[in-house]
Amino acid sequence: MTSSRVYQTAGIIIKRHKFGEADRLLTLFTSDCGKVRAIAKGAMRPGSKLGGHVELLTHSQMMLARGRNLDIITQAQAIDNFLPIRDSLELMSCGFYLSELVDTFTEENVADRELFDLFLNTLLELAEAKDGERILRYFELRLLSHLGYRPQLQKCANCGKLLLPEVNYFSPAQGGALCRNCGYPDMGARTISINALKVLRFWLRCDFATASRVKLSTELTGEIKGLMRENIRYILEKQLKSIEWMDTLANGNLTLEAPPS
Amino acid sequence: MNPDFFTTARPISRLIEEFNKLPGVGLKTAQRLTYHLLQATPEKSRDLAEAIIALKQNLHLCSVCLNITDSDPCGICSDATRDRTKVCVVEEPIDIIPLERTRKFRGLYHVLHGVISPSDGIKPEDLRIRDLLVRLGSAAVTEVILATNPNVEGEATSMYIQRLISPLGIRVTRLARGLPFGGDLEYADDVTLSRALEGRQEMY
Ligand SMILES: [Zn+2]
Ligand SMILES: [Zn+2]
Repeated sequence: MTSSRVYQTAGIIIKRHKFGEADRLLTLFTSDCGKVRAIAKGAMRPGSKLGGHVELLTHSQMMLARGRNLDIITQAQAIDNFLPIRDSLELMSCGFYLSELVDTFTEENVADRELFDLFLNTLLELAEAKDGERILRYFELRLLSHLGYRPQLQKCANCGKLLLPEVNYFSPAQGGALCRNCGYPDMGARTISINALKVLRFWLRCDFATASRVKLSTELTGEIKGLMRENIRYILEKQLKSIEWMDTLANGNLTLEAPPS
Repeated sequence: MNPDFFTTARPISRLIEEFNKLPGVGLKTAQRLTYHLLQATPEKSRDLAEAIIALKQNLHLCSVCLNITDSDPCGICSDATRDRTKVCVVEEPIDIIPLERTRKFRGLYHVLHGVISPSDGIKPEDLRIRDLLVRLGSAAVTEVILATNPNVEGEATSMYIQRLISPLGIRVTRLARGLPFGGDLEYADDVTLSRALEGRQEMY
């Protein structure tokens, strides 16, 4: 990071709040400085030059001035608005979730170019996808692995024995899969099918294009989703807020039906 | 914190602090207002104080549209000349003001009191969406106009409500999204521009 007062970086807006009457307080994940919180002055006024360039889930090139507490965005030019994501309630929800993941797992002002690229590529994939589920799973796995939470999937995380091609166990607390001798369901371990194990192993060593070619049954998709969710929840010691909303949508569970008239 | 905090009399610094909490009121303005009131007659100060207290005491939500009102139903809902077949859905009571100013809309409103924001944990149940559906189930509404803000949460909220309403066979429209008047093409972002293009109109 440079020490000059004004700096330029590309960034993705992952969170934003009203700030005063017409300003926005933004959380950006930038290519050069990692997570940064910054003020976009007047961004809520119609006709603001910042306006749509600093909207949530926008990839923008920005000029920032360092402030005492918060930096100030002086210029912004959107590079990609991921329009298809905004046109779909499901994809938008995936975008909310990805943003919350990045926000929750990162510290301010720690540059992480690799994570930025992963995040950006994931949004680009999402913008071309019909269904975001697999993209989310792949991102979760890569994110964990990148941040040092790569699950042990080859050997038993407890005794170190090579896992046999059978139903094994998985324990977030022990950092990965457990053999049949070491896995106790009452200790927070759950079963993991050999297919789920294979898919996760494969995804850890291939790019998304290759990962997306793997055929998954609905059952296997559900299993991997449950595994990853539990794993993340264990690491963060909390459930992300956007998960509940995604579930509401996914279940087609529009619980607010009008009473019969 | 007011820099003169320790040198100013407590009643003065207290009022300055209270003014300072209001939107758009900086420290300088807060000081000016406070010293202005210090000069004012007791009647003037009492009028202001009473107006502030009365604000909350006599106001409640309209039982029809959930706008903030001092009568029930509110002035708009009880106006017999308004078109009861159209309901315009807005995020906050304050959004009604600019729409009324246009004098283009003669229907009724429905205030959601918020917007879906998954990362803040604000869910559909936290908004007055159910009230809207109940209302649509019992009144002869033929069109719902979604007038949420043109941002990510506003659009998510509109899309969600649209999904709930469309099975009811009611026409759902939303405000055209495009370039702001007085704005500049050069500074428009791609979303705004592409939506302005989608919503282009014949010139007469
Ligand atoms: Zn073992
Ligand atoms: Zn009313």
